Amino acid sequence: MNINLTLIVQLISFALFVWFCMKFIWPPIIGALDARKKQIADGLAAAERGKHEQELAEKRAKELLAETKEQAAELIAQAQKRASEIVEESKGEARAEGQRLLEAARAEIDQEVNRAKEQLRAQVVALAVSGAGKVLAREIDAKAHADLLDDLVANL
Amino acid sequence: MAVEGEALTASGYIKHHLQNLTFGLHPENGWSIAHGPEEAREMGFWALHLDTIFWSVGLGVLFLWWFHKVGKQASAGVPGAAQNFAEWIIDFINDNVRGSFSGKNDMIAPLAFTLFIWILLQNLMDLVPVDLIPYLATAIGIPYMKVVPTTDPNATFGMALGVFGLVLFYSIKMKGAKGFAAELTLHPFESKNPIVKLLFIPINLLLEGVNLIAKPVSHSLRLFGNLYAGEMIFILIAIMYSGGFFLATFGVALQWAWAVFHILIVLLQAFIFMTLTIVYLDMAHHVPDDH
Repeated sequence: MNINLTLIVQLISFALFVWFCMKFIWPPIIGALDARKKQIADGLAAAERGKHEQELAEKRAKELLAETKEQAAELIAQAQKRASEIVEESKGEARAEGQRLLEAARAEIDQEVNRAKEQLRAQVVALAVSGAGKVLAREIDAKAHADLLDDLVANL
Repeated sequence: MAVEGEALTASGYIKHHLQNLTFGLHPENGWSIAHGPEEAREMGFWALHLDTIFWSVGLGVLFLWWFHKVGKQASAGVPGAAQNFAEWIIDFINDNVRGSFSGKNDMIAPLAFTLFIWILLQNLMDLVPVDLIPYLATAIGIPYMKVVPTTDPNATFGMALGVFGLVLFYSIKMKGAKGFAAELTLHPFESKNPIVKLLFIPINLLLEGVNLIAKPVSHSLRLFGNLYAGEMIFILIAIMYSGGFFLATFGVALQWAWAVFHILIVLLQAFIFMTLTIVYLDMAHHVPDDH
């Protein structure tokens, strides 16, 4: 239990140990701890940022979807309107075309009727003349009575 | 267990266990290893306790080597088991320092760490069976071997004086020689009257001086006393082994119980020594603002 030189040796080794610890042990381990702390903090911040960004993206997607839906509805409405317009137009055109065809047919029919009448008249005249000629063959000169006969034809 | 030539009595056994392996300048034998307490005492100051130095320096080098090894490979990535353990201890020390030390000094945490681990390891040598290492040492011809360095007041005073030196250094550095002197002489009795103030100076110096000197003394004796008493009880229990079957059985149970309890003391004393160091140095850094 004597106090002796051991005390000095202990004092010196203590000082050396503290110095060594301060120089070679403390910095790398504390450095690693701090670096990890920073990494974790960065990671957490990044996660937070990612979450925030995701929220924003979701919001944007929702907005975009609503907009698109609106546009689609508008387009459909336009298309329907256009379709009904087209149908109406076609109906009008068809009606006009029908009318035109009808009128053409009618005109043709009239023409045909007129032509038939003309032929019929000519034939009746010929028949009448031949009949009358047969009846009057002896008394009537065809040349003398030509005016009469023409007048008759015109009145038929 | 005991060296030849020494009677195998209870008191001889105890004395043998409490004797350091002393190497020093003996007035008659010159530089030699002391063969007993008397020779060791005759060597006076110029003697070394080889066992204390061997175990304390050995343990110190051991833990510094281990932490240095871990520190070299330390990375910020996922830590391995060793790094995890080292970080756990260092975080614990750091928390303690941050809790008790308000100033800014990068030396305090490594200092506290070194003290805590070093003292803990030295104290833990107490849990090695008291006779084991001395017996082995005797077998290879070493007459005395005290394996717990902290039961040697030289070791505890060495550390406490180191801390005391730092306290003085930082007291003067932070407060200035004048501020430090004022702290020692103008407290606790104060007066506005210059003459009364002058009269108070010696009283204050006496009170504060005792206060200051008591720090390293109590600091080291607390650790030494606790460990010395613990070691003593282990030795006393060990004596029971030679006292017949029943005493020996009882001794085994007691030894176990005391070892379990001693784990607490071992840890607690290392922690107290570290905490007091931090507190003393915090006081040294604290500049009073009312003067």
